[in-house]
Amino acid sequence: MMTDRLARALGWTSLALGAAQLAAPRAVTRLCGLDDAPGATTVARLVGARELLHAALLLGARNPAPWAWTRIAGDAMDLTVLGRAAAGRTGARRARALAALGAVAGITALDAACARQGTAKAKGPLQVRATITVNKRREEVYRFWRELENLPTFMVHLDAVRTIDQRRSRWKAKGPIAALEWEAEIIDERAGDLIAWQSVPGTGIATAGLVGFTDGPGGRGTVVDVSLEYGTPGRKLAAAVARMFGEHPEQQLRDDLRRFKQVMETGEVVRSEASPEGHRALRQLRQRPAQPTAQPTGGRA
Amino acid sequence: MKANVWAGRNRLEIQDVPDPRILNARDAIVRVTSTAICGSDLHLVDGYIPTVKKGDVLGHEFMGEVVELGPGVRNLHIGDRVVVPFPIACGACFACQDGLYSLCENSNPNAGMAEKLMGHAPAGIFGYSHMLGGFPGGQAEYVRVPFADVGPIKIEDDLPDEKVLFLSDIFPTGFMGAEMCDIKPGQTIAIWGAGPVGQFAAASAFLLGADRVIVIDRFPYRLRRVQRTGAEVLNYEEVDVLEALRDMTGGRGPDACIDAVGMEAHHPTPAMYAYDRAKQATRMETERPYVLREAIMACRNGGVVSVIGVYGGFVDKFPMGTVMNRSLTIRTGQCHVQRYTEPLLQRIRAGEIDPSFVISHRMPLSKAPHAFELFKNKQDECNKVVLIP
Ligand SMILES: [Zn+2]
Ligand SMILES: [Zn+2]
Repeated sequence: MMTDRLARALGWTSLALGAAQLAAPRAVTRLCGLDDAPGATTVARLVGARELLHAALLLGARNPAPWAWTRIAGDAMDLTVLGRAAAGRTGARRARALAALGAVAGITALDAACARQGTAKAKGPLQVRATITVNKRREEVYRFWRELENLPTFMVHLDAVRTIDQRRSRWKAKGPIAALEWEAEIIDERAGDLIAWQSVPGTGIATAGLVGFTDGPGGRGTVVDVSLEYGTPGRKLAAAVARMFGEHPEQQLRDDLRRFKQVMETGEVVRSEASPEGHRALRQLRQRPAQPTAQPTGGRA
Repeated sequence: MKANVWAGRNRLEIQDVPDPRILNARDAIVRVTSTAICGSDLHLVDGYIPTVKKGDVLGHEFMGEVVELGPGVRNLHIGDRVVVPFPIACGACFACQDGLYSLCENSNPNAGMAEKLMGHAPAGIFGYSHMLGGFPGGQAEYVRVPFADVGPIKIEDDLPDEKVLFLSDIFPTGFMGAEMCDIKPGQTIAIWGAGPVGQFAAASAFLLGADRVIVIDRFPYRLRRVQRTGAEVLNYEEVDVLEALRDMTGGRGPDACIDAVGMEAHHPTPAMYAYDRAKQATRMETERPYVLREAIMACRNGGVVSVIGVYGGFVDKFPMGTVMNRSLTIRTGQCHVQRYTEPLLQRIRAGEIDPSFVISHRMPLSKAPHAFELFKNKQDECNKVVLIP
């Protein structure tokens, strides 16, 4: 978030610089000690246009920080030009060129920080969150979830969960290539309110989750709120698993919660002939026709 | 078994498909004894409802005999005759408990897909696209009926199929259209569309105490039919509807207007028709909403516009200024059929209405593609076709 705000600020800077260079190129070249070069104003105008391009990218993008790299490329050009100008000049012009060089170097540092963070952010842990209201009492909803061995009935990518003791459990999931297994441990628990868990380091994948249970307004069932986090290298893995099933991790979690609601309210996962093997957002576009299936479906009901 | 399947835009085929099996504990398998073609099936056939796939079994109006039951169904027995509501509803979620069965939160396994288009997902519907669940329909010899302990209504043997079949959809749909108008004595209700749903809406408006009912359509045979309910009629190819309605209602407009047409409406002015038709053909809008626009313009100040015609996606040039400035109420919805089956069955039993009056054709299921032709092109004065598997 902070990175994106910095990126936006840099975008506004580009906009101001670009506008100045286009509107008053002569003043800008004088300030940088370049006003004696032939064609200086034309170059200033071109650089101004380039700044406007940075501005458009940084102000227009949804996720602007990575676009700061485009500014760094621009900065490199500017530094080269100013460096040569400072070397080839003397007196007041040399002083002005050096000052401009210093200023650009400072901005380059900011740009670099912003771009690095912006790109790095994408490598951080993957977080997904979803919430659903279940038309059952809170204790009942909580109890079903706390019985971790129930989770595979509605989380379609889980094969099995086996509890080892009160806190520890062994999870098995369908992976992109081979089955995945890891051990998880409950790190916080308030009966009827929340369960937090994380994978035990070095036992497969790095993941953590939190599920909260609250009463819906006006006695309307229980609000279930789930946050999941997959750390590196779990992040890559989670995304790969999601892709294998043809969907986004966020969608996957929402679909899982919908099945959880079905199990709680109707006793089982509702099936239609079009997707007898389960229900997944993108896969549904490739569903079989909505007609009865000849073979046993083999999936989990 | 044989089933009527969608084989591409405007192509239907009778195909051999596997027999349905119990997939959930609360399923029943019903041997279909009567099924019908609905006007909203035409939107599927024409390819305007997204997420219909080749091979999908059509049909959402059907009744039959229970031949197999899952272990979770305790209120039905093998051999029971049942009419099955077209929306699939679990009976346990917030929507079902609120009587909003066509918004059941559990019966649509493809809710994620519907959410992308509609924001939130409605219930699953038999034979009505994958976005609405991907459930095979009832134009077949057998159907799997999920949540069979909630939706289907048992029929005693003395009532023939033809009198009760339409409890599955069009009778409750027409009735809900009228009910949403909050009819009070002395009121005039205008209904666009003299098809079977419009005919039931007209009959229901009278049942609910309307003074006058005016029905608008362009097919003389349909207008003649709806006149039998006691309604007055307007042919929009012969009169200016807005002007005529104003004249007939002392300048004020109908107290409530029912849109029983939906997304594939016609317009008497070729240019107006061409505008929306072209946008629809290029998929820039999914609807041709003239009826909706006209109903809004016609309705009296502070009146109700009740929409039971099916819409699929997005509407252009919607007169929101009229709706807001004239305090109109818009009420809509796929019918919450389960809410109406019992009370409407009572009315049929009491002889207040005999729904079989809409039937014009009876055919074997094997003739389904031909029946669709007749129904779609309004040939042979086709009003409502009942198919017998
Ligand atoms: Zn229908
Ligand atoms: Zn429900």
